[in-house]
Amino acid sequence: MRADLPVQFDQNGKLRHFLTIQGLSEDTLTGILDIAHSFIDFGKREIKKIPLMRGKTMVNLFFEPSTRTRTTFEIAAKRLSADVVNMNATRMSTTKGETILDTVKTIEAMHTDMFVVRDRASGAAQLIASHLPDHVRVINAGDGRHEHPTQAMLDVFTIRQHKQDFSGLRIAVVGDILHSRVARSQIHALNILGTREIRVIGPRTLIPTAIETMGVSYVNNMRDGLEDIDVIIMLRIQRERMDGQLIPSEQEYFARYGLTERTLNFAKPDAMVMHPGPINRGLEISSSVADGSRSVILEQVTNGIAVRMSIMAHLMGGQEKSKWT
Amino acid sequence: MDISIHDGHLVDPANGVNQVIDIHISENRIKTIGARHHDFKPERVIDAKGHYIFPGIVDLCARLREPGEEHKATILSETCAAASAGITSLVCPPDTLPVIETPGMVHMIRDRASAAGFSDIYPLGALTARLKGKRLTDMATLQDAGCVGVSNALEPVENSLLMRRAMQYASTYDIPVFLASWDPWLQGNGVVHEGFISTRLGLPAIPEAAETVGVARDIALVETSGASAHIYLVSCARSVSRLREARQCNLPITGSVAVHNLLCTESDIGEFNTFFKVIPPLRTIQDQEGLIQGLANGDISAICSDHQPHSLDSKLAPFSEAATGIAGLDTLLTLAWSLVKNNRLNVETVIAALTVNPAQIVGLECGNLAVGRPADLLVFDDKMNWTLDDTTMMSKGRNSPWFGHELAGKVVLTIKDGKIVWEI
Repeated sequence: MRADLPVQFDQNGKLRHFLTIQGLSEDTLTGILDIAHSFIDFGKREIKKIPLMRGKTMVNLFFEPSTRTRTTFEIAAKRLSADVVNMNATRMSTTKGETILDTVKTIEAMHTDMFVVRDRASGAAQLIASHLPDHVRVINAGDGRHEHPTQAMLDVFTIRQHKQDFSGLRIAVVGDILHSRVARSQIHALNILGTREIRVIGPRTLIPTAIETMGVSYVNNMRDGLEDIDVIIMLRIQRERMDGQLIPSEQEYFARYGLTERTLNFAKPDAMVMHPGPINRGLEISSSVADGSRSVILEQVTNGIAVRMSIMAHLMGGQEKSKWT
Repeated sequence: MDISIHDGHLVDPANGVNQVIDIHISENRIKTIGARHHDFKPERVIDAKGHYIFPGIVDLCARLREPGEEHKATILSETCAAASAGITSLVCPPDTLPVIETPGMVHMIRDRASAAGFSDIYPLGALTARLKGKRLTDMATLQDAGCVGVSNALEPVENSLLMRRAMQYASTYDIPVFLASWDPWLQGNGVVHEGFISTRLGLPAIPEAAETVGVARDIALVETSGASAHIYLVSCARSVSRLREARQCNLPITGSVAVHNLLCTESDIGEFNTFFKVIPPLRTIQDQEGLIQGLANGDISAICSDHQPHSLDSKLAPFSEAATGIAGLDTLLTLAWSLVKNNRLNVETVIAALTVNPAQIVGLECGNLAVGRPADLLVFDDKMNWTLDDTTMMSKGRNSPWFGHELAGKVVLTIKDGKIVWEI
């Protein structure tokens, strides 16, 4: 009915916010990855700062608890010379107390320039972005079950470091797709980058019914699902899902979908193992695999800083490399 | 007041009329159709040349928010909005605050409506006490007080035995039962149809089965209880099939659909557009098609607004937390008319679904412009383009996805009980 331009673009089609991977072009993703690449060695320098966001204030606004993601955003922003404010906000349900928009507008009134937002509700970042003045940038650090686009970017960045060309890759995403914002963003990103095949693996209770409409195929077991696979992305199983309604027991789940030395053998010999963290050892992945030679889980964390720096640089209009090298 | 309306194109499906003809009104009734008596001297002659004349609309599902939520809307504001949209009779579900379960409440609502002087309100009484699904209400007393039926509104009656008994009890007194049929467990905390939009946006989903299971149960209970039932707010093509089977078995069941489910699908939600958040949810193109077909072949009898006025603020929240519903009185006929304009349905079907069919479901004599019937009618300019905005939207609610949009077709005059209650 409406043909509004998605919120994350300005009137000229330029990326203004980073809310969702859906609808981004391959060039945009590649551009972010290329610049992230040039930031990679940056962390090893004596002076780990460039002045791209000097004088700008970035607010980490987390309505859901987080340590890892919030910290990587903070470090990324500080390396770009931004002033960083961390807010672990709580918010009341629907009608009680201050609304999410009131909270954001109050902070914006203090002339902040960028918000990194995490919230339990799908669509929260979109909502915030569409109600702030034009010059304020919003990065989605996870909204409900919808998307976690910066995580997906650091995942594809890590894949690219090891595998280069996506067009030859077969990638499997294993576990709780239904509740995973990471999976949704990953699937969009992998499709945009031209991945040859994406499979999702898990029990039907954890797979959205229309998952095929996102351009993936569904496989119900690890043996078939991991055959010829180059990259295995394990998703975190939230302990609170283990109430017997979606999965009967940890034992049955781990036996069917856990990644172990045995199940890893179903994939290609050089298949890499990823996980957005934090991992549940013995629930979705065995320690020997998580800490093994095929695992890139800690690399993902390291890459998170460079990729988030690159995304911030993009939104601040600093994507021309000449500005800061 | 004696009124003559000249040269309007009258569509009166109850009487098979679809032609340009004059109408004459005396007292509060239709006096003659066609040539007027030589001694009839109208005090007002209305030129309706080039316009349509339809019976006044009977809306089977509209929330007026009074009592209990007058900050959102009032009986005065919403009956006025209804009149401006050609809706002369409103059936309101019992989910007011407090719920409609005492004769006093019924009287109060009807008195407020008649004091306002726009459209009539026909309240539905609560089917179970406080809509909790635990105890029956004094249904017969509520009927005596003026309720045209009983309903549990959108609250599920989980206990099928209690539902059966409620239907049996209602059938004792021939009280129609209005049902929003869905299974509360499958419905869960869902906010959108289970499909590609719920998959993409990561929103809690309502599967088709939530409705088809509910409809199947309620049809089975109607069959064993003898109640006459109306299933309102049907949203799935498969529910239409269930209604068709019930109709073929001559069960006393009718169905209706909210106009937005005829015009929109899940895709309209796009990037979390909360103005399209409705229950039952917007579903697939196949469902939309099935609902339209259901109207065409009579499996669905009525189109309602499912009017739910809210303040704008209540929609400015993350999708799951935003208020549910559309303020739909102002646009009911205009949107339904678009189905005629786009050749999806013929004019008789759409007008019958807005007038005579819902009137029969609640046992009203309006919705029919035969001589001697109540003079409830409207004049519709199908060529008038207008924008739904603060100046034109009469409902106190602002939660319409069509707010700010240009629309085609507007009611230019409404007559209720022989009195002009709206005129542009």
